[in-house]
Amino acid sequence: MTLIETHGSDADGHWYDLFSRGTRDWLRHNRRVREAVREQLPDLVAGSDILSRPDNRTVQVPVKFMEHYRFRLRDPSEQEGAGQGQAEPGDVLRPAQPGHPGAGGEEGAGEGDGGVTFVLEFRVDDILDWLWEELELPNLQPKQGDSVETDELIREGWDRRGARSRLDRRRTMREAIKRRSATGPGAVPISNDDLRFRQLARRRKPSTNAVVFLLLDVSSSMDEHCRKLAKTFFFWALAGIRRQFSAVETVFVAHTVEAWTFEEEAFFQVHGQGGTRSSSGLLKVEEELEAGYDPSRYNCYLFYATDGHNFSEDRGKATEILARLAPQMNFMGYAEVSHAGHRRLDTEVAIIWRELAALGVPCGSYALSDDGDIWPAIRAFFTDQADAAEAV
Amino acid sequence: MTLTLEQAVPRMEALARELGLEHYPVDFELVPSAFMTEIAVYGLPVRMPHWSFGVRWIYQMVQHRMGHSRIFEVVFPGNPNRAFLVDTNSVEENTLVVAHVLGHADFSRNNLLFAHSQSQVGYHIVEQAAAHAHRIEEVIETVGERRVEAVLDAALALEPHIDTDQPLNRPRYESTRSAAGAGTAEADAEPEFQDRYAMLPGEAEGLGDAPQHRAPPRIPPHPERDLLWFIAQYAPEMEDWERDIFLAVRKEAYYFQPVFNCQIMNEGWASYWHARLLREADFLPSQAYVDCMKTHSDVVRPYGGDSRISLQVNPYHLGYVLWQHIVENDGLEAARAVMSQEDDFGFVRNYLTAERARELELFVYAARQDGQIRVTDSNLAELHETLLGPKYNFGAPRVVVEELQRDGGLVLRQNVADDGRGLDLARARHVLDYIYRVWRRPVTLLTCDERGRELRLEPDGGGDAD
Repeated sequence: MTLIETHGSDADGHWYDLFSRGTRDWLRHNRRVREAVREQLPDLVAGSDILSRPDNRTVQVPVKFMEHYRFRLRDPSEQEGAGQGQAEPGDVLRPAQPGHPGAGGEEGAGEGDGGVTFVLEFRVDDILDWLWEELELPNLQPKQGDSVETDELIREGWDRRGARSRLDRRRTMREAIKRRSATGPGAVPISNDDLRFRQLARRRKPSTNAVVFLLLDVSSSMDEHCRKLAKTFFFWALAGIRRQFSAVETVFVAHTVEAWTFEEEAFFQVHGQGGTRSSSGLLKVEEELEAGYDPSRYNCYLFYATDGHNFSEDRGKATEILARLAPQMNFMGYAEVSHAGHRRLDTEVAIIWRELAALGVPCGSYALSDDGDIWPAIRAFFTDQADAAEAV
Repeated sequence: MTLTLEQAVPRMEALARELGLEHYPVDFELVPSAFMTEIAVYGLPVRMPHWSFGVRWIYQMVQHRMGHSRIFEVVFPGNPNRAFLVDTNSVEENTLVVAHVLGHADFSRNNLLFAHSQSQVGYHIVEQAAAHAHRIEEVIETVGERRVEAVLDAALALEPHIDTDQPLNRPRYESTRSAAGAGTAEADAEPEFQDRYAMLPGEAEGLGDAPQHRAPPRIPPHPERDLLWFIAQYAPEMEDWERDIFLAVRKEAYYFQPVFNCQIMNEGWASYWHARLLREADFLPSQAYVDCMKTHSDVVRPYGGDSRISLQVNPYHLGYVLWQHIVENDGLEAARAVMSQEDDFGFVRNYLTAERARELELFVYAARQDGQIRVTDSNLAELHETLLGPKYNFGAPRVVVEELQRDGGLVLRQNVADDGRGLDLARARHVLDYIYRVWRRPVTLLTCDERGRELRLEPDGGGDAD
């Protein structure tokens, strides 16, 4: 008989204190889930409540534990079991559950409801990179020409003198070794001549500034469903633009018959009353653009989400403003949010946009009636945008 | 006076010897409870890495944190036995556990299923499993995690599909071996015999050359239950390290099978012995005895918490009560014979009598898909079947290799007649997926739908490609 006692802190502590195989395999499981999630990411993120995170830099996706499948008999309509205790034939130990799926449920119950879920957090940046890969989305085309430029410091070459903070130890050691192997034994370990400092140079670089105008119709006809679609579309369009430009500014405008600017947090919470006048919102965008953003220094984008209902007498005015805005914008996107079953892109606002497109203005229209439409719309936006930029 | 565990163990062992227990030496090891959790999850102290263990582990951790499950001991049969005890348990609890472990050690040395399994697998499963794990880690280093994982996905999914009626080290089928070694006397003898009777007197001539091209022997010659072995032996395009993994999983399954098939007997036997050893241990201070028995009644009880009715039968309790009666009525010697010769199937059918079932208040219930659970009117045979049903065939549907096709295609068939109903189709397709990734030729499975019509399943095709 041997009796071995182990304490975590003992010098002769056992190997199993050092690591946990359970943790290792659990993390591996989570990596597998991530990979699996990644494959169906467009659907998942379109449905998830991404904007609930304060910093908008991560998305929480509820996922199920992965099942390691084995051969199993199909579930019988009635499962028999043995129990123990005081019970007589006929006793009902548990009544039928109201919310329970009845007989004839789906194939593979493990994949249906009832699986244990946990929440995985994804970084929005990672998701975007995957999506761009997955959907083969083109990059945004910044404005041509050299008008938009900024200065930038970049590393360039080495020198024997410089600020101590820029000492390149690796190169310095290399110099020292070279010298010592040349002079032979007894050489000084490091001399001043060995020191190498990184140098900085000033470069002019095309600007990567962008401003995105997000215009949302908040009239009473825009219900929760529509707003959520708009919000999700905006989020991913914006995220896609942010992915490309180092500095992206945003302007949030909500309108009914009037228009207001908002902070990002408040923007999606806004409820308005009454009818819709698109021109009021567009006018506000124009004001903001003129007030704060020089189109020669900014790449400008406009997204407009509405259910498309607009007073028909407003058509002329709205078209006029859009025509004024168009040359200053890199691209304009129109997202028409509606409920399933509606005729797509057949509304007042859709007509305006169609006319613009006919005139060769860089713009695109996207119909959204459920989560599944989000990614096709985002993809269409980035492809249209690339085509438009090429055409210019 | 208090007794340390170091003092208790040798005295308990001496007492066990006196009472007729025979066991290989036991190495006791006190380990942190986190490690115990892992042993319970993996089934072995060091085992091959796989994500599915991670899922079981997190479940176990959550349950443990919520206080729903507590693991007292794990013992691995062998020579020596390796027993693990939780270092945070009290000395009294662990004294009981030591006695319990000695009961297990006696069982695993004398029960014929265990003895057979150990003669096949060897007496050092703990070390062997660690060696498998080590080998797999090495393979991961060379071929990468993804490829190894794909093989483990398949091998571990097929874990219960073995055939312990066949030896662990099992040669390929006769017919295929002789085909390989053509020209030997043994291989030639058969065709000669067949040629002679290929044509009966009076039969038309001209067909005489047909027997020259004898159809190659059918593989497998009979439906093959050991899927792990068959795939390792006959997969057309598997690499050696992949076959090794299949055989490693198979070896561990050979070890697990008697544990699974004797759970009620084995836990009951150990519980009977810890109760008896503690009762007869005069070296134990009386307070310690009381504390030990408190632990005993926690382990060996039919209900969880305060409830008076349970939808599961605690194997410790069931086995314990049956053994008590057997020893009481037939004597210890007869009980030892039962212990040596039976598994749970015989044990329950032969010793769970109508009287015992009444005394234990066992019942059968039916759980409907709408959630309703109703106690049914059942006879003893139905009770036996309900208890044993989940244990048949290592707890898995009966799936056999039907045919290895000429083009390397693998045809599996579920034995619907014995299983009573078809497979869960979605899961079965996923498993075919796993298999396809190592078999690399078409894989088909025959099962049936709800109405009993035959269905041909193919791999799902989904999932991540290799």
